[in-house]
Amino acid sequence: MKDSVSVTETRLDRYLSTLRYGLYVIFHPFDGFWDMVHEKRGSLAAAHTFLVLFLLTRVLKLMYTNFQFIQAPIQYINIYEQCGSLLFPFLVLCVSNWALSTLFDGKGYFRDIYMAMCYALLPYVLIQLPLILVSHIISFDEREIYSVLMNISLIWCVFLAFVGLMEVHDYGPGKTLLFLFVTVFGALVILFLILVFFSLLSDAYGFFASLYREIAFRLY
Amino acid sequence: MKRLACLMVLLCFLPSLAIGANDGYETTYSYTYDFWDEVQYSPDPYRVSDVIYSVTLGLDTAMRKPQSLFVQGKRIYVADTGNNRILEIEKQGEEYVLLRVIDHISGAQPETFSSPTDMFVDPEGNLYVADRDNNRVLMADSEGNLIREYVKPVDSTFDQSMAFLPNKIVVDSIGRVYVLATNVNKGLVKYEPDGTFTGYIGANPVKYNLWDYIWKEFLTTKEQRAQQASFVPTEYENIYIDHEGFIYCTNIVFSEYDLRSDTAKPIRRINAIGNDILIKNGWEPPIGDLQWLEGSQDYGPSKFKDITVFDDDIYVAFDRTHGRVFGYDPQGSLLWAFGTKGNSEGAFLGAVSIEHMDHDLLCLDENENSITVFTPTDYGSLIYRANDEYLRGEYETSADTWREVLKLNANYPLGFVGIGRALMRQNDFSGAMSYFKMAHDRQNYGRAYRYYRKDVVEKYIGWGVAVIAALLIVPLIFRKRKQMKEEVEAYERLRIGNRDKA
Repeated sequence: MKDSVSVTETRLDRYLSTLRYGLYVIFHPFDGFWDMVHEKRGSLAAAHTFLVLFLLTRVLKLMYTNFQFIQAPIQYINIYEQCGSLLFPFLVLCVSNWALSTLFDGKGYFRDIYMAMCYALLPYVLIQLPLILVSHIISFDEREIYSVLMNISLIWCVFLAFVGLMEVHDYGPGKTLLFLFVTVFGALVILFLILVFFSLLSDAYGFFASLYREIAFRLY
Repeated sequence: MKRLACLMVLLCFLPSLAIGANDGYETTYSYTYDFWDEVQYSPDPYRVSDVIYSVTLGLDTAMRKPQSLFVQGKRIYVADTGNNRILEIEKQGEEYVLLRVIDHISGAQPETFSSPTDMFVDPEGNLYVADRDNNRVLMADSEGNLIREYVKPVDSTFDQSMAFLPNKIVVDSIGRVYVLATNVNKGLVKYEPDGTFTGYIGANPVKYNLWDYIWKEFLTTKEQRAQQASFVPTEYENIYIDHEGFIYCTNIVFSEYDLRSDTAKPIRRINAIGNDILIKNGWEPPIGDLQWLEGSQDYGPSKFKDITVFDDDIYVAFDRTHGRVFGYDPQGSLLWAFGTKGNSEGAFLGAVSIEHMDHDLLCLDENENSITVFTPTDYGSLIYRANDEYLRGEYETSADTWREVLKLNANYPLGFVGIGRALMRQNDFSGAMSYFKMAHDRQNYGRAYRYYRKDVVEKYIGWGVAVIAALLIVPLIFRKRKQMKEEVEAYERLRIGNRDKA
C-alpha cells in the first residue's frame, strides 16, 4: 500500500519536472533537446499536455482576442474543425519526418520526434495566451506591439522545431534544413496516399454494395 | 359589444397591414453588404419617380441608341447618337421640357455631327461635343457657334495611322479638355484651353505577374509570342469630373481575382499627375458586388459602365453586369445598392449612362430610348441628411438622424458608425466604443478606446500609486522594525555579557 503511494507520487513529480523542463528547453534548446532524448528528461505526458495547451490557446485566441485584432466569424467557427486542421498536419508532418529520417540514418524514434515537436510549441502557448489579455489593453493604433509579439512566438516555435529535429536525429543544420523540405514533400505524398486509399475504399464499398444489391434482386 | 368586436377584428388585421406595406425588403431590389460580405436586404433608397420618353418630350423622331447623359444645373443633355443630335432638356418644376435640339454647330466643317457620343457643358454655357465619327471634339458657345476644334494630336506619341475616336469627354474649371478616345491606351488625351495637345494623363498601369513574365519570356517561341496579346495598359470605360476637378474613371478590364486585393481598381479618382487617390476605408474596396450568383447568366464581377459624383463626394457607379447601382460614401463604404435586370420600371437592361441632379439619379437606356428618374425615398434622404449634418458639425442631430435610419434598417453598419462618431464628439467614449464594435469598425473603436483608457487610467492612477506605495513601504517598515529589535537584543546580550565578565 505504502509502496504504491510513493510510486504515484514519484510519477506526479516526474510529470511536473518534465513540464518544468519545457521552460528549460525553450531557453536552452541545444542542451535541452539533447538531454530530453538522451537523459530522458522529457516525457510523453508533458508533450501531450503542451499539444493540448497549444490547441486550447488557438481556440481561446479566436474566441477571446479583442475584435480590433482578430475578427473571426464566430458564427461559423467549429472548434473540432479548428483543432483538427492543426492536429492533422502536425501529426502527418511528424510521421513523414520519422518515416524519411529513419531511412537516412536519423537517430530519432517517433516518440522523440513527437516529443520534440510538442515541446517546440510551448512558446506559442506562453506568448499567445497573455497576448489575448494584451489585446484588450492596447488599441488598434498600437497593433504593432501585437503583431511583433505574435511573430516572435511563431519564429521562436519554428526555431525550436528546427533545433529539436537537429538534436533528435543528430544531424547538422544543413541536413536538417534539407529534411524540413523533404518532410513537407513526404507529407504531401502521405496525403496523396490517404486520398487514394479512401477513394479506393469507397470504390470497393460501391462494388460490394452493388454486388449485394444485384444478388438480392436476383434471388427475390 | 358589436363595436368592440369590429375593433377586435380590425386590430387583428392591423399588423398584417403594416407588414404588407412595401418597404423594399420583400422585393430583394435593394441591399447592402455586412461585415462578412453577405447580402443584407434593405429598404429601397431610391424609387422611380418619372420616366422621360421621346413622346413625353414631344420629339418628332424618337431617340435612337442614345449613349450619354450630362447634367448642368437644372439642364439635362442627351447625346442622341443614332440621330446625330444633342437634346437639351430642362427640369421646370416637376416637368421635363425639351428646350432645343442641337444638330449642328455653325462654323464647323462639316457643321453636322456624326455619332456624337458625349458632351460637356461648362458653367458659362459653352458646349463641348465628342463628335466621334468626325474625329473631333467641338467647343461651341451657348448659341451654337463654333469656338474651337480639338482634333487628332499631331505628336509622335499618337499613332498617326489610327483614327482619333473621342468617346467620352470632361472639361475642368480652367477649360482643359480630357478625352477618353477609343483605341488609346496611354490614358486620357489632354488638351490645354487653347486647343494644344499636351500629352496623356492617368494611364492604367500595366499589370503582369512573375509567372506571366516567365511564361512569355522563356516558355514560348517567337511565333507564339507574336500571336499573344502583349502587356498593354487597358482603356477606361467612362470618366466623370467632380466639383473639385478630380477625374473619376471606371475600368472594366481586369481579372476578378485582383478585385479584393485592390489591384484591379475598377473605380479610380485621379489627380493632376494621374495617380489614383480614391479613399478606401471600407471593409472592402469599392468593387460593386462582392458575391455573385453561381450558375446565373450574369455570373461575374461588377463592371462599371458609368459613374457620377454628388457634390458631397458620394459617388454612384452603374454596374452593367448585374444591372445595379452602387452608392459609396467619400470614405469608400457602401451606402446602398439597388437594381435588377429586366424591362420593368426601375430595372436596368440597356442602361448606358447615369447622372445626378442634386440627389436624384437619371439613367439613360439605349434600348428603351428613355431616361429614368430615381428620387431618394425617406430612407435614402435620411442617409444623406445624416452625412450632411455630421459634415456641418451638428453631431447630435446627426446621431438622431442615424437612429431614424436604423429604425428603418437595423442592419445598416454606417448608422452605427455615425452614432458612434457623434457620441465620440460628445466625449461618451464607452458608448461610442459599443457602437463601433457593432459596426466592426476597428479604426474608430481604437480611437475611442484610447480616450476611454486615458480616462480610466487618470481616474484610478491615485489608487494605483497608493497600492504600489503600500506594497513597497509596508515590508520596509517591517524590516526596519525587525532590525531595531535585533539591535536592541544585541545590545542587551552585550550588556549581559559585560556584566557577567565583571
